[in-house]
Amino acid sequence: MLVIEGIHAFYGRIEALKGVSLEVKQGEIVTLIGANGAGKSTLLMTICGQPRGQGGRIVLEGTDITAMSTHQIMRRGIAQSPEGRRVFPRMTVYENLQMGAINVDPAHFEGDIQRCFELFPILERRRGQRAGTLSGGEQQMLAIARAMMARPRLLLLDEPSLGLAPLIVRQIFSVIRELNQQGVTVLLVEQNAFHALKLAHRAYVLVNGQITMTGTGRQLLADPEVRRAYLEGGH
Amino acid sequence: MEYFLQQLVNGVTLGAVYGLIAIGYSMVYGIIGMINFAHGDIFMIGAFHALIVFLILGAVGISWLPLALLIVLIVGILLTSLYGWSVERIAYRPLRSSPRLAPLISAIGASIFLQNYVQLAQGARPKPLSQMVSGGITLMESDAGFAARVSYIQIVIVLLTLALMAVFTWLIKGTALGRAQRACEQDRKMAALLGVDVDRTISLTFVIGASLAAVAGLMFTLYYGVIDFFIGFVAGIKAFTAAVLGGIGSLPGAMLGGLLIGLIEAFWSGYFSVEYKDVASFGVLVLVLIFRPTGLLGRPEIEKV
Repeated sequence: MLVIEGIHAFYGRIEALKGVSLEVKQGEIVTLIGANGAGKSTLLMTICGQPRGQGGRIVLEGTDITAMSTHQIMRRGIAQSPEGRRVFPRMTVYENLQMGAINVDPAHFEGDIQRCFELFPILERRRGQRAGTLSGGEQQMLAIARAMMARPRLLLLDEPSLGLAPLIVRQIFSVIRELNQQGVTVLLVEQNAFHALKLAHRAYVLVNGQITMTGTGRQLLADPEVRRAYLEGGH
Repeated sequence: MEYFLQQLVNGVTLGAVYGLIAIGYSMVYGIIGMINFAHGDIFMIGAFHALIVFLILGAVGISWLPLALLIVLIVGILLTSLYGWSVERIAYRPLRSSPRLAPLISAIGASIFLQNYVQLAQGARPKPLSQMVSGGITLMESDAGFAARVSYIQIVIVLLTLALMAVFTWLIKGTALGRAQRACEQDRKMAALLGVDVDRTISLTFVIGASLAAVAGLMFTLYYGVIDFFIGFVAGIKAFTAAVLGGIGSLPGAMLGGLLIGLIEAFWSGYFSVEYKDVASFGVLVLVLIFRPTGLLGRPEIEKV
């Protein structure tokens, strides 16, 4: 589905990704774990062309998208719920969801939005409210729902559990699993490594812009180094 | 009372013209965070298009006024928005990722260029247009013989402005294009992540702003009957003031600010002195900026994280 080969990415002169290779297969949940500043969010953004990847290539469903501009990439069945949620604060919940569906056949809209409201009933109660007035958890749900409205075949999720209450975290992870069972491929970035690895079919560990380890979610959960670095709170 | 009413009518008419130009400033500021100093000159170009098309129509003998107005409106909007689009394309887009000062200087350059271009192409002397719409309605007459009148052209200006504002509000609030425009204004990067073509949306913003300025130019030409290559400067500064007064970035604010500046000018001219009318409107601007720096309807730059 998605193949990344030896990609580099720069913010000014800082090299944030140093030749990352990674693969996400059709129907998988793949998790990317790593410390703050390791380049996880950069990798998700680079897939979307911001910043543009250099040195290697990014292939989505057989098409090389490395040199495409962001809006072209995002029209090819890929959606992202980005770091920091980035809901449109002065638009209503409903308008935010409309924005998510901006390149989707309008015939799907009603059904899709009902599905979002079923997964996140709170959004339906808040549909006329400005997104900037929502709580952090509600904004996170909105960001995920907005990404779903694009009907992605590949969904990129950046820290969907960040700053949320444990109950909501569990809810969001169950939504991710449900989406995946409906056929959506997921690339998930998480600091909450325990949950994320349990959920994932496969996982990668990113350190300082390089992939240092890969395996199934279960293998990494059992790996002593991973446990020490990401699961037991030690750094 | 009659005198007051007359100034009110004049003020609302003037305010309608300022409001239409002010929207262009506010919209562009909202979406790319720069003051498009060439916008006043786009208005001037709109006025010239109106004049030229009127003269051509007169020469070929189309004299039925509603038809002539409609043709001038459509041709004027098309040609003027082409200028607006080109200015963005040539002077601003290449500087999109430069420091904020660069496009600002480029805007001033575009403004100077457009003024000189029209001066060279059309000559520096004021260009008159014979009165197209005459007559009016007397609203009230005092014993002393002073009559408050609203001319037909004033009615046309106000009605046209109201209709445009309605269409424009619907465009921004109710259409996918308007939503994309607001999304780019609030978070350009995220809009791109949803598949919005940001460059195209910015271009359209300039086209919409220039269209409104074209209509304002047409109304100015009809109302005053004389234009020259320099009218964009003063009208542009006034409309910019209106946009800041209303709260730059806010579109209802631009309309309100335009109306207020028009009223302030009309009443100051009517009751105090015509020479100092600019002092009045800029004085109000200074007061607003001191006591309410975000303008009347602007929002403070605080965002919940």
